[in-house]
This record gives sequence, structure tokens and C-alpha cells, in this order.
Amino acid sequence: MTNKELQKIAAEARFKAVHMTFQGKHAHLASSLSEVDLLVALYFQILKHSPKNPKDPNRDHLILSKGHGSAALYAVLAKAGYFEEKLLDTFVQDGSILAGHVTYGIHGVELSTGSLGHGLPVGLGLALAAKKDNLSKRVFVILSDGELQEGSNWEAILAASNWHLDNLIVIVDHNKLQAFGRVKEVLSLEPFADKWRAFNWSVREIDGHDFEQIIPVLSHLPFEIGKPSVIIAHTVKGKGVSFMEDKLEWHYLTPTEEQMKQAKEELAKKL
Amino acid sequence: MRTNFVKKLVEVARINPNIHLITGDLGFMALEPFRDEFPERFLNAGLSEQNLTGVAAGMALSGKCVFIYSIIPFITMRNLEFLHNDIATHNLNVKIIGLGAGYSYSAQGSTHQAKSDLAMLRSIPNLKIVAPGDPWEVREAVEAMVVDQGPVYLRLGRNGERELHDGSQSFKLGQGIILKEGTDIVLISISNMLESSIKIAEELESFGFSVRVISMHTLKPLDKKLILDSAQKARAIFTLEEHYLAGGLGTAVAEVLAESEFNPIFKRFALPDVFDFVAGSQKYLREQSGISETQVIAEILKLIKKA
Repeated sequence: MTNKELQKIAAEARFKAVHMTFQGKHAHLASSLSEVDLLVALYFQILKHSPKNPKDPNRDHLILSKGHGSAALYAVLAKAGYFEEKLLDTFVQDGSILAGHVTYGIHGVELSTGSLGHGLPVGLGLALAAKKDNLSKRVFVILSDGELQEGSNWEAILAASNWHLDNLIVIVDHNKLQAFGRVKEVLSLEPFADKWRAFNWSVREIDGHDFEQIIPVLSHLPFEIGKPSVIIAHTVKGKGVSFMEDKLEWHYLTPTEEQMKQAKEELAKKL
Repeated sequence: MRTNFVKKLVEVARINPNIHLITGDLGFMALEPFRDEFPERFLNAGLSEQNLTGVAAGMALSGKCVFIYSIIPFITMRNLEFLHNDIATHNLNVKIIGLGAGYSYSAQGSTHQAKSDLAMLRSIPNLKIVAPGDPWEVREAVEAMVVDQGPVYLRLGRNGERELHDGSQSFKLGQGIILKEGTDIVLISISNMLESSIKIAEELESFGFSVRVISMHTLKPLDKKLILDSAQKARAIFTLEEHYLAGGLGTAVAEVLAESEFNPIFKRFALPDVFDFVAGSQKYLREQSGISETQVIAEILKLIKKA
């Protein structure tokens, strides 16, 4: 796929995420918008997977540890063929399997997440089992930056390099905002890349919205044999909708009908 | 119980190549037999119980049967959300092995005691709870647990517990074992109170009472049928556990009785709702907590005579 094609899919996914969030009167839209390009790159270019066979034992795994970024993942999974797009219209409504935090049982979802700090330990277990079974599959875990304030991640980060899990790749959606403040004001992670290096991971930093950077970095894994890989993706919370970008309140707000229309107009220009 | 657990685990691991064991840095002079025979299936995950539990979930999602092992508070309380969200929610093939039921590590102080594990875990769906009363039940439980494809918690004592079964009993998860029959009083025991319960029964019998002793090795799913049968046949039921009053065996039995048509004399023998700030032997701490054999017998006689 060309980067232009990927950009188009990303715009469509953002369009869907805005629509779903409005329809479901839900929150977390900005958290979804920051990760869309990474998800599109993974599902349309990088992952070895079969949407029609979501339990394929040789598949690459992707765990969305920041489970609140659900609208984006659901939209991308639907576009990739895991389930019908019309299911997206049921997002968070009565009886829907599409809960606000990604839920096991939805085709393409590897783990129910939502309490931060769980995805990486479980990802380690998947990666370790793959090594023991001599399988060449990879395990991708998407973390939020605020999520790295949870100590369980650091237990996993310590273990992953000790166990030489070079089939494990973490992507940090580093959008610089968390739920009640900017990350650097609440609990700064700096020096962030250095911390990963100190734990013996191999580190790359990219613009998480530029396919020209995303694709090459994800196409050469692991970065170093014998070491787990981490990509710090610098992103913008609310990316793609001008009035939502880098605004704390869009962690929470449901767009009004007017805001939804405006957002869709902006996104339609990219389609 | 611990030695029997390891021995039996090695036996089943020889037949079942999917079995893995992850310890949180515990197992010196205990887990070596497994580690040495199955090095590829053994992992010391270090002092990181939350990560350890998540790792077990990931391995179980990949088709393994994973045993995780530590002292009870560290493998149940420290990592509770991981047991709940990752293992139980996804109904995974992970067996949680906890050492040191109740006051087993008595001299070590309160951080190493296990007085609330049954209550905590009972509230989690999908999670079976097995608390064997002697080494025989431990061996049987391990075999049964491996057949079960879902999450199971196994509450072990330490070492040195006596074998209390004579080979005539059979073990089934969820079915209490009647060790001796009786028609006046029923003692329902769980975990490491079984030996005491038998002694208490013998003493009560010397007073002329006919006593049924049940080892309720499985707290969840609870053998409600056996409890109701006991309530129908006998006039008094007592529960015994080295666990707080709230939420363990006694509470579970009380729930069944309260919702039934029966109204036997009933009392829970368990640990009071306080933290301990003293050391001592298991025997000493049981006495301090009011559940020594002498204390239980005296209390039972008082209650029976009043009625």
C-alpha cells in the first residue's frame, strides 16, 4: 500500500471514530485520534494476520493496553475485515459487544484492557510462549504515555530484556496529555528514551502521524537481536480535528452535533 | 503439603508437556525437582508478582497450563487485579498456588499470614478455590486441577501435615469428603484445620455425641447439597478455618443455611477481625485467636447444652 492510501484509510477511521463517539455519547475520542495512524500502519502493512481467522496461532498479536482508545481500534479492525462496519454503529449501546474499553471476544481483540499496566505483562507472556514454541510471530503492545506511571509496566520492562524477548515490540502513543494534566506536569517521564535504554531495550523515536517514518521503523524489527524494541511515537492527542488537538478536555467530551459535523468536514478533505 | 504438591506436579508434568511453573523467587529446597527435570518449563520471574501473573495469562492464552507460585499474600493480594482482570475474566488455564495458609508462617509476622485470601477470591467469578486438608487431598487436587481448563486457586499449608485419609475416600472438585459419619453434630473443616477437626470430633464423641466430619476442600464451587444434607440430619453445624470470620468457609456455609428451610445450631470458628502483632507457633496463634481444640470443644459444648 502507498502512504497516500494509508492516509486515506486513517482519515476514514478518524471519521468513523468521531461518528461512533457522538452516537454513543461517549468519551476518550482524543485518545483514539492520536493512535489511528499507528493502528492503520500495523493492520494494513505490518502485521502478519488473517482477519477471517482471528485465532490463527501463527498470527502477530497486537494488544491495545490503552484500552480506552477503543473507537480507533474498532474502526480499524472493521476496515481491515475483522467484522462488519455496521457493527460500529452499536458502539457502547445496549447489548453491544463494542464496549468503551476493548473487550475480549470481539474479533481481533487479544485482551480485555482498561486498567492500565496490564497489556505489557500479558504481552510478555505471549512473546515468551512464542519463543518456547519456536514460532516466528511478533507481539506488539501499544501503551499510552501516562500509562507508564503504572509500576507493573516497569516490572515487565525489566523482565523483557532479561528474557531477551526480541519478538516483543512496544509502541508508546506519546501524546503528552493524560487525564487530569499534561504528563510532564503530573509525573514527567523524562528522560524517557534513556529509561528504556537503561532497561536494555532498543529504542527509536518517530512522528507517530507520518507514515514515511512509521512504516520504515516498523519494517525492520527487531531493532537489535536479543533485545525487545520500543518505538516512542510522538503524537498529538485529538489529531485530525483542529479544535480537539492537544486539548485536555477532549479526553472526556462527547462532540455536539455541530462539532461532529465540523470534525467530519475537516476529515473529509483528506478522503 | 508443599512437598506433596511438588512431587505430584512433577508426575503430571511428565505426562502433560503443556504444564509450566512460574515462581516469584520462592521455592528454595522445594521446587528444585521440577526446575531440574523441566528447566524449559520453569521460570523464576523474580519479585514481580503483577508481571508474573500477566505473563502467566499470556502463556495461558497461548495454550499453556501455567502454575504460579508464592506465599499466599504475594500471589493473591499483591497481584489481585491481575488475577481478576487477566486470568479470571478471560477464564484462563492458570493455577494459583499459595503457600502458608492461615498461620502456617506464624513466626514471620502478619505480612506472611493468609487470613483473608478465601474471602477475597471467593468474590471473583470463574475462579475455583481448593484448600486441601491433608497431603492426600493435595495430590488429588493437583490431578483434578490439571484436568480443569479454567483458573483454580490452591491454598497449601506448609510441610509436616499428617495424612488423614485411609484410601477409602474419593476426590472430586466441588464435593466435600465425609471423613467420619455422625448424626448430632457436623464439623465442616477447610484447609489446614482438618487434623484439629478430627481431634475435636473424637473428644465430642467421648461426651456421647455422634459427630460427622467433613473436609470441605473446595470452597468454590461449594458443595451446597452436602451442607443441606448435614442440616437436615444433624442439629448443630460448626465450621472451622484458619481465616478471618468474614467471607470464608463459615460465611459461605451461613449463606446456604440462611437461605434454606433449616435452622440448626450454627457457629463459625475462625480468626477474629484483628491484625496480629505477636509471633509464635501456629498452635500458639490459634490459641490466641480462640480456635485451639480445647477452646472449640468448650464453646461447642456450651452451645449444645444451651439448646
